[in-house]
Amino acid sequence: MTKKTVWIGSCVVVAVIVLAAQDVKIELTRGDRASIAVPDFRGAGEAQQYMNVFNQTLWSDLEESGLYRMAPKSLYPLQVPQRPEDFRPPVMPSKPARRGEPPPRPVSRGPWLTDWSDPPVNANYLAFGYTAAQAGQFVLRGWLYNVRQADLTNAQVFGKTYLAPLSEEGARKVAHEFAADILKQFGGTSLAGTKIYFVSSRGGKGTKEIWVMDYDGSNQRPITQYGSTSITPAVSPDGTKLAFTTYQRGNPAIFVFSLETGRRLPFYSPVSSMVATPDFTPDGQRIVFSSSVGGWPQIYIANTDGSGLRRISYSSSIDMEPAVNPKTGTDIVFVSGRSGPPQIYRMNIEGADVQRLTTGEGEAVNPAWHPNGQHIAFAWTRGYAPGNYNIFVMDVATRQFTQLTHGAGRNENPSWAPDGRHIVFSSNRSGSNQIWTMLADGTQLKQLTTQGQNEMPVWANK
Amino acid sequence: MTKRNIGVVLLTLSLFFIAAGCKKKVPPPPPPPPPPAETPAPPPAKPSIQFSAEPSTIERGNAATLNWTVSDATDVSITPGVGTVTARGSRQVYPTETTTYTLTAKGPGGTSTATATVTVTVPPPPPPPPAPPKKSLSELLSTEVQDVYFDYDKSDIREDARATLTRNADALKRIFAELPDAVVVMEGHCDERGSSEYNLGLGDRRATSAKEFLVQLGVAADKLRTISYGKERPVCTESNEDCWQKNRRVHFSAAQ
Repeated sequence: MTKKTVWIGSCVVVAVIVLAAQDVKIELTRGDRASIAVPDFRGAGEAQQYMNVFNQTLWSDLEESGLYRMAPKSLYPLQVPQRPEDFRPPVMPSKPARRGEPPPRPVSRGPWLTDWSDPPVNANYLAFGYTAAQAGQFVLRGWLYNVRQADLTNAQVFGKTYLAPLSEEGARKVAHEFAADILKQFGGTSLAGTKIYFVSSRGGKGTKEIWVMDYDGSNQRPITQYGSTSITPAVSPDGTKLAFTTYQRGNPAIFVFSLETGRRLPFYSPVSSMVATPDFTPDGQRIVFSSSVGGWPQIYIANTDGSGLRRISYSSSIDMEPAVNPKTGTDIVFVSGRSGPPQIYRMNIEGADVQRLTTGEGEAVNPAWHPNGQHIAFAWTRGYAPGNYNIFVMDVATRQFTQLTHGAGRNENPSWAPDGRHIVFSSNRSGSNQIWTMLADGTQLKQLTTQGQNEMPVWANK
Repeated sequence: MTKRNIGVVLLTLSLFFIAAGCKKKVPPPPPPPPPPAETPAPPPAKPSIQFSAEPSTIERGNAATLNWTVSDATDVSITPGVGTVTARGSRQVYPTETTTYTLTAKGPGGTSTATATVTVTVPPPPPPPPAPPKKSLSELLSTEVQDVYFDYDKSDIREDARATLTRNADALKRIFAELPDAVVVMEGHCDERGSSEYNLGLGDRRATSAKEFLVQLGVAADKLRTISYGKERPVCTESNEDCWQKNRRVHFSAAQ
């Protein structure tokens, strides 16, 4: 081979890499993001004690959606409307302007739309309202107004009353519901009601248990209490079943739980030195997982009771972490060491048509399907030392990828929110391994856990 | 005096006849016994013997007592092992097996013999001495079997691991000979750098390769169980190569 052909060859390689490195973007918004102003709501009587929780929840739901620019509270006018009746159109001065003087300014008689649409707030929308305790209930009256409209009739987008028990939990619930209604106006899906399952070591003594929390980090509670190592959770797409690996009986085994009854369901787990990383098919009727029951760690499929066990990958290497395409149910992405360090591969559910998706650089692990069945998120050490994973998103068809985190510690186990716009993942950027969420463009980072070490999050739709 | 004596005798006789005058006839007095025979001395008797063993049955190692009484003997001896004895006596003997003792008595009248048998029973053997306390499987494994180490993201058996496994194979054979019921778990472990999930597969490969090596060296495959802990149970938690190497291992533990 001449030097010239080598040079041309390396140019082609560089070109291919550059092409592959072109960003793939998850569409987060259509056009420019609208600006929304959300002044703090106040509560009448006993409702007031829950207003901190309410205001924080409403704000963070809207902010984390990534659908809006949040107009900063410090710029808000002092007179804040609590209900539509509080608006007072300004009046024009009756005295005509004299020559040489600026035209007369409208005289404010109370809160008005332009208080919010004009500088410095510059909002497009205003969410306002109030809460009260009434007959033992927590009542929210909430409105969304388009403050760029000239009059109140056109300005109102919606107004609605929400009820919940008079408690902190109730305050959080109505805030989620109000936020969800606002998001709906912009084509957004509310994450309220979605749950994140994860693994926590906070019980101590070297144990790891499966935990669950609301998508915003509230209501953290354990699912398992085995005092063992319980890891690699997966939730069925309908949110009714949980599968995970546990060492509770010595050898690792897959356990399946009904999330509706909280009871264990029968699952005949193969007896093997390694049974792990389960995932459900979209119909929730079958489980794919990895096991060394036949020698090498390979991908298997079985019914949700463990019957009908069948091997579907055939390599003399380590094959782990199968994930079934939620749209087609026929594509599987998985991690394999067949070409050296672990990389992401895809194949069909019969085990045929195997292709490598990642470039072979570094170590690529933890593939997770976007609800659209077109993208995956995964963790990759590309460009970093072993162990220093970052979260990437790839378009499976074109294999174009983009990097969402950039070297802040280890970032692993991405899982998509049901809205397809958020990703939950684990990161040790704070000094310990914790669960974080972000928008699929890498912004809006939020830490959900602080106690102990937490990892392997899975975002479930309920 | 003589005349006077005759007179006395006559008087006595007459008186006697007068007194007996009423009987018709007087029988003659019995003849005097014959004088002792002037025969030669009878021949001397043969020695007589009383000979016994008390008790007649002993356990090996215990004593029996021989008792004897002999008369009309000048020379008394007991065989085996006792020798010449006096005519009357006793002797403790310690036969190690059943023995018939023969007492021979010689005297002017001839020779007599008598026997006494001491039956020796062998006692049942004592229980074997208590064995030295056996070490538990865990203790044996921790002292005689060493961890086997691996390179990053590899399950190949390195040169140093071959040596370790060869020593372990001998140790495990000894252990299984001593503890036939023992089952050993080979735990595959990984360092913290790889993903938790992939390391579950890698730990499995490490345990399996090490097991295959041992089985080739003749260790019974059914005595070895493998399990992968991935990076879930590190022995060392620092983030440096020293610590990572300690965690990239196969560890041997006792099956529960």
